[in-house]
This record gives sequence, C-alpha cells and structure tokens, in this order.
Amino acid sequence: MKPRTASQGEADTIVLRPARGWAGLNLRDLWKYRELIYFLTWRDIKVRYKQALLGVAWAVLQPILTMVIFSVILGYLLNVPTDNGVPYPVFSFVALLPWQLFANALQRTSASLVGNANLLTKVYFPRLVIPVSAVGAGLVDFAISFLVLIGLMLFYQIQPTWNILWLPLLVLLALLTAVAVGLWLSALNVQYRDVQHMVPFVIQAWFYASPVVYSASIIPSARWQLVYALNPMAGVIQGFRWALLGTQAPDASLAVSSAVVAVLLVSGLFFFKRMERTFADIV
Amino acid sequence: MSNIAIRVEDLGKRYRIGALAQRNDTLRDQLVAFGGRLVRRLTRRAASSEAAASTLWALRHVTFEVERGQVLGVIGRNGAGKSTLLKILSRITDPTEGTVTIRGRVGSLLEVGTGFHPELTGRENIYLNGAILGMKRSEIERKFDEIVAFSEVEQFIDTPVKRYSSGMYLRLAFAVAAHLEPEILVVDEVLAVGDAEFQKKCLGKMGDVAQQGRTVLFVSHNMSAILRLTQETIVLDKGRLVLRAASPAAVDYYLSAGHARAGERLWEADEIPLEAAPFRPIALRLRDRRGAVVDTVRSVEPFTVEVEYRLEAPVTGLRVGLYLYTGRGEPVFTSFDTDEPALFERHTDRPAGHYLSRCVIPADLLNQGRYTLGINASSYHIRRYFEDDQALDFNVDPAGAPGMHWAENRQGVVRPRLDWQIERLA
Repeated sequence: MKPRTASQGEADTIVLRPARGWAGLNLRDLWKYRELIYFLTWRDIKVRYKQALLGVAWAVLQPILTMVIFSVILGYLLNVPTDNGVPYPVFSFVALLPWQLFANALQRTSASLVGNANLLTKVYFPRLVIPVSAVGAGLVDFAISFLVLIGLMLFYQIQPTWNILWLPLLVLLALLTAVAVGLWLSALNVQYRDVQHMVPFVIQAWFYASPVVYSASIIPSARWQLVYALNPMAGVIQGFRWALLGTQAPDASLAVSSAVVAVLLVSGLFFFKRMERTFADIV
Repeated sequence: MSNIAIRVEDLGKRYRIGALAQRNDTLRDQLVAFGGRLVRRLTRRAASSEAAASTLWALRHVTFEVERGQVLGVIGRNGAGKSTLLKILSRITDPTEGTVTIRGRVGSLLEVGTGFHPELTGRENIYLNGAILGMKRSEIERKFDEIVAFSEVEQFIDTPVKRYSSGMYLRLAFAVAAHLEPEILVVDEVLAVGDAEFQKKCLGKMGDVAQQGRTVLFVSHNMSAILRLTQETIVLDKGRLVLRAASPAAVDYYLSAGHARAGERLWEADEIPLEAAPFRPIALRLRDRRGAVVDTVRSVEPFTVEVEYRLEAPVTGLRVGLYLYTGRGEPVFTSFDTDEPALFERHTDRPAGHYLSRCVIPADLLNQGRYTLGINASSYHIRRYFEDDQALDFNVDPAGAPGMHWAENRQGVVRPRLDWQIERLA
C-alpha cells in the first residue's frame, strides 16, 4: 500500500492505489504509531507475567539453571578455558544474558505476524508495529536476570569496568539483530508456515555459532575473527564480556557486526514493506 | 473535490482463489506448484486460461463518491464484495486496480473488540483496544470515564475480561469503538451486539455521529438499520455496483431483485472469523411443513429451523443453538441442540464431519410479526466458536391463529392456542 499523505488545511488526503515494485519505507508512519508499539509491548509483558504462576521466578530460574548446567558440564568437567581466567559461571552468565534476550526476541518476532492475524485482517496500522513491538517484552526478563548477574559478580568479587556504560548500546545492537532477522522471518512465515518450524533450529545453530559457552579467542587468526564477527551476536557477546569483565576490547568485531546488522535491517525493512501488502489476504 | 470525503474510481480487487483456499501455503506446496509450472512450460500447455480460472474479482469497476457528512449505506448478498470494499477503504488490503481518495482520518469498525486480550482487565483492554483503533493515549484517558459509563460494566472494570459474560464483553468493546472520533467512519454490522436496550443506545450513538457532520459508510444485512440511519444506499452484486439510490428504493430493489434469498443465510469463507475453527457454519435455513425454504412461516403450522455446519476437527461438549429475538431485539428464547441430557450424552464427542442440527418450532407459538434468528456454537464454559446474533430475519403470518376474527393487533410475543372453558355458574 502506498498512501500519500499530505496536509491540506484541516484534512489529510490519502490516495490508495495498487502498489507496484518496491515501496518507500515510510518510517514516519511508524513514528506516528509509537503509542501502539508501547501498548502492544506492554500487553505482552502483562500477559506474560499474569499467566505464569511463577512469573518473575521463571525469568530468574531459566538463565541460572542454564548457567549451572554449562558450568558443570563445560566449565567443570570439560574445563573449557575462559578469557582472563574469569570463573566459568560468570563467564557464561554474562553471555547468556544478551543471548537469551536475542533468542527470545527473535522467536517472538518471527511468530508475531501470524500470532496477530486477527489484528492484521481487521484494523489498519503500519504493519511494522507488530514485529517491532515483539522485541521489547524480553527486556523485563533481561533486567531481572541482570540483577542476578550483579549478585554473581559480587559473589566472585569481580569489578565491572567503566565500559559498562556501553551496555545499553550493546543491548540495542542485540535487539536490532533480532528485529532485522525477525523482519525477514515474520514476513516469510505469513506465506510459508515452514518458517516457524525452522526458527528453533536456526536459533540453536546460531547459539553454537556465538561465543556463549566458549571464548571467541579460540578462533585462530585475526582474519578469521573478522569472518566470525559476521555473526552480529559474536560482537554483542564479546562486547558484553569486555564491558563487564574487562576482557579484550572487540573493536573490529563490533564494527563488522554493526555493519552486518545495518545491512540486514535495511534489506529486511524493504523486504517486509514489499511483502506487507498481501499480509491481510494470505495470513 | 473539497466537498467529497471519499472518491472511489474504477476500483477492483482480485484474489487468487488458491490463496484463499489453502491458507497454510508451505514451501513444499510452492515447490510442487513450481515444478508443475515448469513441466507445463516444457510441455507448452497454455497456462493463461488456468490462471484466469484460479483468480476471482471480489470487486470490479466500482466507482462512487461520498460527500462530507453523508451517511451512505452499503448492502448486498454475502460475497457481493462489501467486506472487500470496507477492507480497502480501511487500508487493510490493497486494491488491485483503480484508486481511492480519502480526505480525513478514517476509523474503521470491522469488528468490535479487535485485539481484546482475555487475560487483561476491562481497564487495560480499553487502553489497548483504543490504541489499536488509532486513538492517542491522552484521548483515551480523556474519554475513559465516558467509555466505562457507556459500557455499563463499572463494577467489573478491574476484572479480566475472560470472566465477563458475552454481553458485557461486547458492550465494553462497542463502547471503546463508539468513542473513536474519526472524520470518516467505516462500519460493518457492529451494531448487532447486546440486548435491545444496548442496541438502541448504539443506534443513538451512530445517529449522533452522523449529526456531527461526519461521513459514515455503513454496511449491514439489517435493512431496518439501513433505513433508519442512511439516506442513500449502494447495492453491490458479485463485485459490481449495481445501484445507487435513496435508501428505501435501494432496499426495495435489493429485496425484490432476488439478491437476498429469503429464508436462508449462507456463510462465505471470508465471513467466518478465524477463531471459529474448527466450527464452520454453512447455512441457517427456515423450512415450512412441506420442507420448502421460506421466509414467512404460519403461526398455526410448525416449522423447522436447521443449522448446517462442518467440523474440521473433533469437538468435545459442542452445543449448537439458536437465539430467537423479536424484530425489536427482545430475546424470545435460547435453545441448544444438546439441551436434552440424553442427546448431550450421545453427542459429547462430535467427530469431524458435515452436520445438520435441526429442530421443529411448534405450531401456535409465535405471534405475528418480524423475528430474528441468531446462532451460537460453543462448548459450555470452555469456548465460544461462533456466534451471529442476527443471522436471519423472518416473518410470522397469523392467518388462522386464535382470535383472527377480530381485526386487531394482539400484544405479546407468543400467540398460544389456549384451552378455554366457559361455564355458566348461575
């Protein structure tokens, strides 16, 4: 759909006509509906904590239990080396935070359009609102887990560095990665429901491709490090370790990761815009 | 142009029938289809005729204008293109050809309660639904008390809506929608909710909207609502605009031209909400004693009401039932096909398949007048699959009924043949 909006005195004029080819992104429209993004995110959070009896406890337990399993098997039994000799539990937990934020966001985003089919077929709003509002809900879980991390760091007496101020940007990068990939997957999922079966597998493979349970320093040469950074989550996780544990700064990796996200995001936006015209007809 | 709120020019919308029929396109289907096309291309079979057969013009060559402040009715049989027109005007779907020029903010009500979440409270849902309908947060806050008062659910405003009765739920949903204040309002039969009292309130609200000089496009199956609310009406048939006239003339044309098959309501695929699955209504029919489908039944003869439907998956505890209302919307009775405990036992688990649930309305029950039948398919306390409160209108003819030798209108909904005795005591 290609609405041309132009202010003409008291009323806006909209022309609806068949759209051809690649549409403009019209991000201003998205901005106009920012309150809807807020309300949909808020709905997801409310519903999530209302329905689950243990609500908050789940947000804490899930990463802790995962961390315990990793620590026992990989840290204790297999003796996987960490950066700077950081205790394995902290080492893996610091990586689990952005990872779970990302994995959750990606899962929710890719299922978002199909999950909100009733809205798509009954009301107009910029379709981008749906995948974008699907990423935010995980932030609450993230914040809760972060408190656990603080406790863990106190326990192991690890001082964070001032680089911790970069964390919000790293969180943003993780979320943008999820949105970027989610745009592709959610739009494809409308047409091909196979995508929803594929997503858990993609997330699992991506997990092993990211330095969550191991250190990125096991990648041999600097050149391969850059190739490795094509996975944006590699940059994000290395960034988290750098900001919180004071490991080596991932400057080059982060630059590559950011560039990849930018490309994925812009192409995802255009792809989504092209596909969205038919959402209501085929969802 | 300045006085035109909506201009529709040569509008057309084409659907791929395949896209409608197989909702769950999978990659495999696509690969298979692609393979098929490849083979056909190699074997040089003409593919164009096939392409034409698998598409459907839901709307074609439709041109009309609506002036600012006008209330225009839209009527037509199921599948005539009414919903498609509304969906295009509300920007939900794209036209395939032609253009629509709209001047002003559009608010569309294709359904009430879109986006309501059962776990959230009434208060939370007002905010959520308001935002979905395009209201600003400040606007919702300003109108909040008014919305609550209109919905008459004050006491339950902090209760999750899953605990609401269906009436309360719909009243709240309509209340939010009714407080949307767009310059152009596109409405699809949302008035058919709630009890008679509430319907009157809704019609009043619609009247106010029109009075305030806003433009309204009103789609309905309810001819009396069309006559009450609109001055002019367009009639759609098979995707074409066949008539635009003053509402009484348009309604006459529609009813007499056989556009409405009396005594039967059929549901098209696009009229059935996705949530209805696995229940798929097919038809609601009224048959006289001889089995003919009729829209006028005799008060003194029994008649049959039948609901034809399909279950796409087995359903446990299903009850399919009828609501009967008078023409003014007062409830007369509610009855379900498994009301009889023995029948309920026997049909507790209904396997997937094609079904007909029917019942006989006894003779000498209803007084003369106009009635409305609604249907409901639900599993008690578990889920409501489908509900249509105004599925079918019909008339009851009093010829031969008790007391017809006096030419007077009898009050009341029922007209029973009572066994009077007259005794002389002295």
